Formats: sequence, structure tokens, C-alpha cells
Amino acid sequence: MYDVNYHRAGSLQEALKLLKDADDGKFLAGGQTLIPAMKTRLAAPSDLIDLSHIAELKGISAAGRTVTIGAGTTHAEVAASADLRALCPALTHLANLIGDPHVRHMGTIGGSLANNDPAADYPAAILALAATVVTDRREIAAEDFFTGLFETALEEDEIITAVRFEAPAKAGYAKFPNPASRYAMTAVFVASDGNAVRAAVTGAGDDGVFRCAEVEAALDTDFSPSGLDGVRVPADALMTDIHASADYRASLVVAMAKCAVTMANG
Amino acid sequence: MTEISMSVNGKEVSGTVEGRTLLVHFLREALGLTGTHVGCDTSQCGACTIHMDGRSVKSCSILAVQADGARILTIEGLAEGDALHPVQAAFKEHHGLQCGFCTPGMIMAATDMIRRHPEGLTEATVREELEGNICRCTGYHNIVKAILAASEAMGAGAARAA
Ligand SMILES: Cc1cc2nc3c(=O)[nH]c(=O)nc-3n(C[C@H](O)[C@H](O)[C@H](O)COP(=O)(O)OP(=O)(O)OC[C@H]3O[C@@H](n4cnc5c(N)ncnc54)[C@H](O)[C@@H]3O)c2cc1C
Ligand code: FES
Ligand code: FES
Repeated sequence: MYDVNYHRAGSLQEALKLLKDADDGKFLAGGQTLIPAMKTRLAAPSDLIDLSHIAELKGISAAGRTVTIGAGTTHAEVAASADLRALCPALTHLANLIGDPHVRHMGTIGGSLANNDPAADYPAAILALAATVVTDRREIAAEDFFTGLFETALEEDEIITAVRFEAPAKAGYAKFPNPASRYAMTAVFVASDGNAVRAAVTGAGDDGVFRCAEVEAALDTDFSPSGLDGVRVPADALMTDIHASADYRASLVVAMAKCAVTMANG
Repeated sequence: MTEISMSVNGKEVSGTVEGRTLLVHFLREALGLTGTHVGCDTSQCGACTIHMDGRSVKSCSILAVQADGARILTIEGLAEGDALHPVQAAFKEHHGLQCGFCTPGMIMAATDMIRRHPEGLTEATVREELEGNICRCTGYHNIVKAILAASEAMGAGAARAA
């Protein structure tokens, strides 16, 4: 790792100022993606601005069915939240499937979303829940937030402060983990507000997370695993790599969607 | 260079580190606490698992400066004098190790796991929770046995591990 200047921010204002004053600064949250990337010199920022001591980025709150999760909330905190489990158990289940217990103790929802790894778990939930990504300066709809592989709508110096969504009537998440990395080889989050169904797929798309029209249409008619019988998802825009072909991923999308619906129906 | 201080195994320590110094290197090289191992150095194997502020973390994936002001517990801090911690004793009793390289990380993962499951552990939960700790020798069976036995032995006293 190249050497780096470390700064600990106590507030959003301070973090923004520290980044502005840095040559090539980067925000640091749990460090579970950024530190490994710096160790392999894939990332080499001049300065790190640690956000993990900013109190206003932490915690989960619910007002009625509106849920707000602070960007600095760890995967372990999301997984263990009884409030959240009551409102959206699919999301606590998802958080508990990320990496391993030690990674979950450090990694944060804000870091995961800002990173937008095409095989990460949270992007599927955020897109299927039609969540809002709240930053230090604006609110961004999930639909507009994810813009490609490791790309988001965030400005260089923009800080995610929270994620907000309406708890769905029903939701489920199913992940086929890569047996080595445990990231999603294909995973599907389905959410229903009682009228329309949204289904988002991670780990499979050539361009990162996406909503799957074929799965949504089938589930709009019949929100059950058998409603997905015979549904085919085109493989054109899916990923082929050493782990799986696009065709295999296309069939995994349907298989995982069935498992997700089963979970959603409890 | 930055001046940092933290509590390690109940003692206040301080040192001067580069921004890029990893916590595991601070523990091993500056403090001589070589019980914490570096296996993969890529966040996968868990040999470097320690507790920071009461939660298990991979010390190869944390900068020493991030731990400034924190409370750290390493494998060296578990035993009380000559009395092994119940998890250490269970690993010995159930042959939960062969070469021993993964063992400090396994034990730190296990004490955290037992703390988070005061209701008790099942074999399936233990196996699932060991996701982040790799052992190249044992085939895991005796590690799982040892953790289940320790969790049982610690019973309601599970909070002690924290
Ligand atoms: C062994 C291992 C297994 C893993 N398995 C999985 C898995 O199965 N599924 C999965 O989804 N992920 C997995 N991860 C990744 C993990 O979820 C990370 O925690 C996450 O991707 C990044 O979050 P972080 O808080 O650690 O961010 P960091 O690593 O600190 O930062 C990541 C990026 O986000 C930026 N950033 C952080 N916070 C903010 C913010 N509030 N506003 C703006 N930008 C910000 C940083 O500048 C950086 O560019 C794994 C990681 C490891 C090491
Ligand atoms: S050395 Fe830290 S996870 Fe392998
Ligand atoms: S005992 Fe040798 S690696 Fe686990």
C-alpha cells in the first residue's frame, strides 16, 4: 500500500472540508472494500477521510412504515435490527448474507452503495424497494443512482447520509453465492406493495444491478413461485465470466426469483 | 507519521505509525503480539481476527490509525493467568487444531460468535458463522465440536467472552 494521510471527521461539514483540502482524497467508511483495494494498489488516494465517527450517519429509524437507515450503519447492525426485521425481514436477511461476521462488523450500507459492485447485495434491495439515496446535498431515486459497473450518480465529493424507503407489503431476497467469494453470482430481491411488483437482480447484469421486466410481469399476474414457471429471461445483457455463462445466469435469475417469492409469501 | 493510542488486552498502549500501517502489523511488530497471524492478507482467511470495541474484525483490513482510541482484544488477552479461556480449553480438549496457524483467528471468531448467540449454538449456525475463517488442516469438524462444547460450557456466562 502507498502511504496515505488519515483524517478523522467529526461532522459532515468537516469531512467535506477535509476532502476539499486534499490532493486526491477519498472517504473511508468500513474500509472493507477500500482498504483491500489500497493494499493491491488498485486505489491510491493521497488522503483518507474517515466518516465512521460521524454520529449523524448512524442508526436505523422508522416512522410508521417509512424506514431510514444511516449510511454509516454496519451490515451487522442492519442484520440485528428488531425494528427492521418487523418491517422488512428480507433486508435483515440480506445483510446477514454479506461476506462474513467480521466483514459485517465493519462494512456499511453507504460504502456498499457508493461502491456499487456489480455483485453486491444492497443495490438489489435498494432498487427493488424504490428507495431514496439521501446525500449531503440532495435526494437521488434508486432508479437514477446506479449508473453502471462501480459507477453511481454521486459527485466526487458527495456523501451519502442515509437510505430511505417505504416498507413493502411483502419482500424476499435469494442469493446464489459464488462459492469462493460469497458475493452474489446471481441474486434477486422482489418487493410488492400490494399492487405492483419490483424485482431487481444483482451479480448477473453486464452493466450491474437491473430490474427484470420478465420476472416483474409474471409476478404482477401471479405472486407465487409457480407464477414464474416457464418464464425466460434473455441472456443478452448478462455477464459471462469464469464462474458462469450468461445462459446459466439467466436461469439462475428465475430460480432465485422463485426462492425470493417463496420467502416473501412467508 | 501519526501518534496513536489504544487499549490492548486491558493495557493502554501508544505508538507512532504511518497512515498505511495495518492494525495487524502494529499489534505484531510494534507491540510484539504475534499471536494474531497474517494468512491471506486479502481479507479472506480470518487468521488475523481480533476484537475491536467488542466486535470481531479482520485486523489485516483495518489501518492502525482507524483503531486510535479503540479497545482491542487479541488472543493473548483471553486467558486469565494460567487458566485458559473456555474456548481455548475446548479447542485443546477436542483437538480443534493441527498446525495451529488459523487457531487464534478461529478462537477470536468463536468467542464473538458465542457472545452474539446467548441462546446457544447449533452445528449449522457454527458452520455458517465460520464463513470468514479458513482452516487448511482440520476439515473443520473438531473446530465446530470445540465451539459447540465451549458455548455449552459457558452457558449463561457467555457474555464473558466480550
Ligand atoms: C471478505 C469480504 C467479503 C465480502 N462479501 C460481500 C458480499 O457477499 N456482498 C456484498 O455486497 N459485499 C461484500 N463485501 C463488501 C462489503 O460489503 C463492504 O463493506 C462494502 O462493499 C463497502 O462498505 P464499506 O463501509 O466497507 O466502505 P469502504 O470500503 O470504506 O468504502 C467503499 C467506497 O465507498 C465510498 N464511501 C464509503 N462511504 C461513503 C459515503 N457515506 N458516501 C459516499 N461515499 C462513500 C468510499 O470512498 C469508497 O470509494 C465483502 C468484503 C469482504 C472483505
Ligand atoms: S490475513 Fe486477514 S483475513 Fe487473511
Ligand atoms: S489448524 Fe492448520 S490451518 Fe487450521
